[in-house]
Amino acid sequence: MRQLGDGINAKVTWKEITLAGIVTDGGKSKDFETGDWRNSKPVWLAENCKQCLICTAFCPDSSIPVKDKKRVDFEYKHCKGCGICEKVCPFNAIEMKGEEE
Amino acid sequence: MGIKDRLSGNEATAMAMKSMNMDVMAAFPITPSTEIPEQFSQYVANGLTDTVFVPVESEHSAMSACIGSQAAGARSCTATSSNGLALMHEMLHIASAMRLPITMACITRAITGPINIHNDHSDAMSSRDCGWIQIHAEDVQEAYDNYIMSVRIAEHKKVLLPVMICQDGFITSHAVENVELLEEEDIRSFVGFYEPDYYLLNPELKVAMGPYDPPTYLMEHKRQQAEAMIDSLDVIKEIYDEFGKLTGRYYDLIETYKIEDAERIIILLGSSAGTAKIVVDELRSKGEKVGIIKIRSYRPFPGKLIREALKSPKVVAVLDKAEGLSSIGGPVYSDVCAALNGNAGFKIVNYIYGIGGRDVRTDDIHEVFADLQDDIDGKESKAKTAANYRYLALRE
Amino acid sequence: MNDLLEIRWHGRGGQGVKTAALLLADVLFYSGKYVQGFPEYGPERMGAPVTAYNRISNDKIRVHSNIYEPGYVAVVDHSLIRSANVTKGLKKDGAILINTKLDPEEAKSLLKDFEGKVFTIDAETISIDILGKYFPNMPMLAGIIKMTKMMDENVFLENIETSLSRKFASKPQLVEGNMQVIKRSLEEVKGI
Repeated sequence: MRQLGDGINAKVTWKEITLAGIVTDGGKSKDFETGDWRNSKPVWLAENCKQCLICTAFCPDSSIPVKDKKRVDFEYKHCKGCGICEKVCPFNAIEMKGEEE
Repeated sequence: MGIKDRLSGNEATAMAMKSMNMDVMAAFPITPSTEIPEQFSQYVANGLTDTVFVPVESEHSAMSACIGSQAAGARSCTATSSNGLALMHEMLHIASAMRLPITMACITRAITGPINIHNDHSDAMSSRDCGWIQIHAEDVQEAYDNYIMSVRIAEHKKVLLPVMICQDGFITSHAVENVELLEEEDIRSFVGFYEPDYYLLNPELKVAMGPYDPPTYLMEHKRQQAEAMIDSLDVIKEIYDEFGKLTGRYYDLIETYKIEDAERIIILLGSSAGTAKIVVDELRSKGEKVGIIKIRSYRPFPGKLIREALKSPKVVAVLDKAEGLSSIGGPVYSDVCAALNGNAGFKIVNYIYGIGGRDVRTDDIHEVFADLQDDIDGKESKAKTAANYRYLALRE
Repeated sequence: MNDLLEIRWHGRGGQGVKTAALLLADVLFYSGKYVQGFPEYGPERMGAPVTAYNRISNDKIRVHSNIYEPGYVAVVDHSLIRSANVTKGLKKDGAILINTKLDPEEAKSLLKDFEGKVFTIDAETISIDILGKYFPNMPMLAGIIKMTKMMDENVFLENIETSLSRKFASKPQLVEGNMQVIKRSLEEVKGI
């Protein structure tokens, strides 16, 4: 039987599908790209950012990477565009924009 | 090798659970199954088993705890009856869909409405579509043997389904009878060590169980469950044979009694099968061609075996200890009719009997056989209800 | 099936009727018989009428119904003679044991339409003399053995001591008193 990420998709037959839908190994949600659910996206205004990192703690989709104790630009593969980061940012350093803009 | 003893059905069941040294028992007491957790908790308190006993606050919680512990990798069991089984209903589906081989003693009792504590099969029959294997016992010996065999059936890699081991409330659960027990070491080597492929407490292979199953997948998973139920027909027989070699007590999914040349056959399950055998003996001694088929495995339903066993009867009666309230007869009747697929070539009638603890006497079984003779003779049946859907020992 | 012996017990909740039926099954099991002992459940209340049954046979017992034509009846509470139909279905050549201070002749006159044998035992006096409390079930159990002659009395005494020791494993002091009750009861059963 196959596992998720191992060819489990809408074409898999009942004989091949994972027993009881059991998911093996952790971190499977990484393979499920929720970025295409987004209809507006957060944009980082680096000039306003004080690197308080509140946004990284609040982001439900781990879409704000941190390098050397500083946040860097958004990683949009899993960002659903929920806008929480914009709401919690005390410095107006994040702005939601339409996908088309 | 066997140990001769006299125990009630409940005592024998608790004894079987103790002998297998189940990892977890989670239970909430309800008549008439209360004695099982009561006695089992004494075994635990006295150090005769190292089972974790979880006294939960409801049957819903009992089944939830069993699901959690079995998913974690522990061989888990419970016992219940009647409304307790009804309260578990939601979790019964989850246990089977998660393919967790939990075992449960179901001490059959009428589901309340109006209030009743006595035996019938309305609880077990209400759970027939939950994806649980369901095995019924005629007497204390079968209740004991069935439990031990069921652990192996449930955990078989081709099955991985929970099993409900049913015995008739009070009639079997509270009757002391002769029973032959197995040595504990024989039982433990028969059931072996529980080694699931996937379990939550395995640090080597991390798993998530019971995920959301969208329309893309649920139907495929149900088909997989159905396949396990179909495969269990052969697995059950295989394990019965292995148990037979160990004990000398051989079982099959159905038991036939004097049906070879029988013109009139009764199909039923549970304790009344023993009473019916006495009647068959009496009528056979007068030269009457009668026999019975006892269904031991109700789920999976052994349709093929029943079809093959019904070689050339003139008329067959299916007895249901649950009303079903379907307007066309009880649940076992529906299943037997489905098994025959409309090609029976003989008349098949249904009797609703023994509801809410109404005692099933030899006289009642005699009445069924007499009615069946009337059916053969073309006389108008004494049964007052619709031609094929009748009641036994009902005040008209 | 000819050797099948069927017994029906009548008593009241709290009198140990179920216990007596199960102990009877126990002692006959020790003698190598096939046994059944089961109560008919009703309202589980002190004082409510209770019925229990025994079947004893040399062969496997397959019937699983209540007993309608018993060979023997045991009436644990004599007041039931008036309220319950204790001789119902009792075989003509059967016998009935009643817990009462009356003689068998007097007891028989209270039973309607019963021609068989009547045995009596004064369980109250025996129980209170020895235990200081009224438990009618042990005297009745001894009375049943005397009435039915289904096993040797010495074997019975041995078996019942084993059974009581098992039943009262956590209260062994109760075995001695009950054994005295049983021994005296075997002597005091009266029958016609």
